[in-house]
Amino acid sequence: MTKELPIPVTNADSAAYWQAAKNNKLMLRRCNACGEVHFMPRYLCPTCWSEDLEWFEARGKGKVHSFSIIRRASSAAYATRVPYVVALIDLDEGPRMMSNIVGPDALDIAIGDAVTLEFEERGDAKLPQFARARG
Amino acid sequence: MNKSASGRVAIVGVGESDIGKVPHMTGLGLNAQAAKRALDDAGLKVSDIDGVLTAYSFTEPYFMLGSVLCEYLGLKPRYNASVVVGGGSPAVMLKHATEAILAGSAETILVCAGENRATGQSRDSAVSALLAVGHPYFEQPYGGSIPGFYAMIAQRHMHVYGTTRDHLAHIAVNTRRHALLHPNAHMKTPITLQDVLSAKPIADPLGMLDCCLISDAGGAFIVTSAERAKDLKSKPAYLLGIGEHHTHEHIMCAPSLTEFGAKESGRRAYEMAGVKPSDIDVAQLYDCFSIVPLIELEELGFCEPGEGGAFFADGRASIGGKLPINTHGGMLSHAHAGAAGGLFGIVEGVRQLRGGLGPRQVEGAELALVHNEGGILSSHCTLILGNQPN
Ligand SMILES: [Zn+2]
Repeated sequence: MTKELPIPVTNADSAAYWQAAKNNKLMLRRCNACGEVHFMPRYLCPTCWSEDLEWFEARGKGKVHSFSIIRRASSAAYATRVPYVVALIDLDEGPRMMSNIVGPDALDIAIGDAVTLEFEERGDAKLPQFARARG
Repeated sequence: MNKSASGRVAIVGVGESDIGKVPHMTGLGLNAQAAKRALDDAGLKVSDIDGVLTAYSFTEPYFMLGSVLCEYLGLKPRYNASVVVGGGSPAVMLKHATEAILAGSAETILVCAGENRATGQSRDSAVSALLAVGHPYFEQPYGGSIPGFYAMIAQRHMHVYGTTRDHLAHIAVNTRRHALLHPNAHMKTPITLQDVLSAKPIADPLGMLDCCLISDAGGAFIVTSAERAKDLKSKPAYLLGIGEHHTHEHIMCAPSLTEFGAKESGRRAYEMAGVKPSDIDVAQLYDCFSIVPLIELEELGFCEPGEGGAFFADGRASIGGKLPINTHGGMLSHAHAGAAGGLFGIVEGVRQLRGGLGPRQVEGAELALVHNEGGILSSHCTLILGNQPN
């Protein structure tokens, strides 16, 4: 029996993030007080605690900070995908986020490789993913 | 903690439950068995315990676990809490116990943890429960696993410092060799470097033998004032230094994949104890995955960053070496069952200071360092025990 892959869950902190993802946009939070950009949307800026934050769209480019090829899936839902790549991506805008590396050459990934954003459909939501940059 | 707290409390009793696959016992039962053994070891009576600290349980996830454990043990203490900082909990509980005793909130505190992780639930449900460590919205949709998260840390260390797959394998082999000298260790068969390298791959570069065990196990220790400790049955292990540091919970929010909170928690512990890394005779370092004790070794100042792999590979971490590490077999080979895993490091630290462990004894051990970490190298606590109060 195949289980469904997890569908992104929306809450008050992340509603705008997942709504934008449905339109193929990766949104980040910038603090208008100190200028820091952070991933994982929150109520306030984790650097200076200002509540004056804005959303902006990321360029969708980054580099692989580290990765692992998962050989034993974390759950039954992922068993069909093994082997797959889980990675931490350093976005050009600064913050780090988790992603899979997708695409036919995903398993050839290396630390420092340039990657570009794409989106994967999950139920009626879309999940930001990264693939190795071309050219 | 303040220097003035150094040597003021001691661990006076330690206990391990039966370990491995213990299907006829519950998690609470394993805690109770370990507690009883610790109490007997200290030569104390049940009525002497006026404080209880415990951690958490994935297999028996009671709300208010501290109260539930006291109820199970028939205790009505004046001090009680459940402390949840993952694998860091046992060392943090020792710190809380110390603070409580010095403040007069309790005199004799039982610290207890453990679960029936091997038989209390299926292996798959253990893994999915542990996946809760991944962020539910921004990590879990990517199918990361706990081994996968630690594997990314290993991969980064290899990239930055040139640590090799063999280095990691040496850690697993060294730890297993030590476990074979421990009468109660879960694992009882030797392994070779080749066994580790050819074990079932889990998350590159980590294979099955780079990952901690899943055991049924409970552990316990009893803390009291140094004053009170003098009259008791067992040789006291005095708490000379302890420090904690917390930097994140989810790996995507870790400030770095090569620098963690052990450096800071260690600095605080050394400062309180008034000792330096070269004074330490034996170390029990949290080892949920082979990469972890390597990083802790470096952060705690026992070698330079990037030298940890060679430290294990050339035998410096073996019994008889410069700094024997995980002399009981660690979580890779002695036992891992929730917070009991790190607690056994404290138990072993105490036993090494008492002496008389036969082939596993580190000759002349006077200072033992123990490090616990929780999450994905998120919450750290380092402690230094001595067989003298100063
Ligand atoms: Zn700010």
